[in-house]
Amino acid sequence: MELILQNLISPVTLAFALGMIARWVRSDLEIPSAVYQGLSIYLLFAIGLKGGVSLSVTPVRELIAPAALTLVLGVLTPLSAFFFLRSLGKLGRTDAAATAAHYGSVSVVTFIAAIEAVKISGMASNGYLPALLAVLEVPGIIVGLLLARESKGAGMKAAIHDVITGKSIFLMVGGLVIGALCGPEKIAGVAPFFIAPFKGVLCIFLLELGMVAAGRIQDLKAAGFRLILLGCFLPLFHGSIATVCAVAVGMNPGGAAVFGAMVGSASYIAAPAAVRLALPKASPGIYLTLSLGVTFPFNLALGIPLFLYLAKNAPKFLS
Amino acid sequence: MKKKLSLVTIVTEGILKEQFSELLQENGASGFTITRAEGQGSRGVRARDWEGPNLRFEAIVSSAAADQILAAVEKKYFESYSVIAWVSNVEVVRGEKFVGEENV
Repeated sequence: MELILQNLISPVTLAFALGMIARWVRSDLEIPSAVYQGLSIYLLFAIGLKGGVSLSVTPVRELIAPAALTLVLGVLTPLSAFFFLRSLGKLGRTDAAATAAHYGSVSVVTFIAAIEAVKISGMASNGYLPALLAVLEVPGIIVGLLLARESKGAGMKAAIHDVITGKSIFLMVGGLVIGALCGPEKIAGVAPFFIAPFKGVLCIFLLELGMVAAGRIQDLKAAGFRLILLGCFLPLFHGSIATVCAVAVGMNPGGAAVFGAMVGSASYIAAPAAVRLALPKASPGIYLTLSLGVTFPFNLALGIPLFLYLAKNAPKFLS
Repeated sequence: MKKKLSLVTIVTEGILKEQFSELLQENGASGFTITRAEGQGSRGVRARDWEGPNLRFEAIVSSAAADQILAAVEKKYFESYSVIAWVSNVEVVRGEKFVGEENV
């Protein structure tokens, strides 16, 4: 309980709530789209750089098990999401596959929020997590699109090209490489710009995200009770399994909690763009509403503290 | 000397930017103008930046090319995407700029 409260009362979560309130009271607050896009470029590049620096000091063999686990979960989560969305959610094949692609992929902002929550709780994390983030982003989308069995070869190829060259993967992997090549000393020169103001920038970004999510919440009625429940269940289910597995392969408790939040999260930047092109018949009213209107706020408020709790206590159960 | 031509206007989700650029060029548009657009319609408010802003394409073409473009848009996009398209009559100078010397 204390973990949950501690997580809720943070500038990051409260900025998100403020954004939602702005929409509800019809404030004229609007983050210009150029500013929002600039901020997202900053955030993605900064995460990449930070991850790259820690990669440069991590021995390769320490990475093998977590990376393999990430790949396996990246393929399994869309399959399980698809199964639940079809059976419990009663969605058609195309809508279920489109939504599964979102749950298979990852939300970068959930990841960052989890990192911050772990920092606040004082637990140790793993520096190489941003590299896993990049690994996790792609396979889920591809599996999701394959599940639809709809896209012809060309549409599929275009969608995969879109995901891999899209700005989120491109900037993050680019940052990782630059960070890894330069190492801690050379990155120290740009740290005042990329590391120190990071959290403040994140707050503004979440303000905007809160406004967009509040707009989506109005679509919840159309989505129906079953889907809303699934939007809470899927992150819990995927995230808990991922947290326990991460502890089992030897990640730090803090790192395992972040990993759980990553795997439990649903993408709402890379996946929607790819899905819109490859599966035009799937309804954005379902997949965007679930990932942004239900799962993201759920993880922010409840998921992350739960994964933290689980990661702290999992070693006891495992041993 | 003014010449009567057709102005094709298409308002679309931003995510289709490349596809519409190609479609216009393939169907005889020598060029086009894109402006960012905002609005609301039968498919509900657009998801803004998550799917890219809406775009408004404008191209001046011959009346035959305009029909061809509208037919292609209707066939490929109306069912699944938020797209509207229309043709209006315009009068231009330098007609050869839009439809080539031989058609003026």
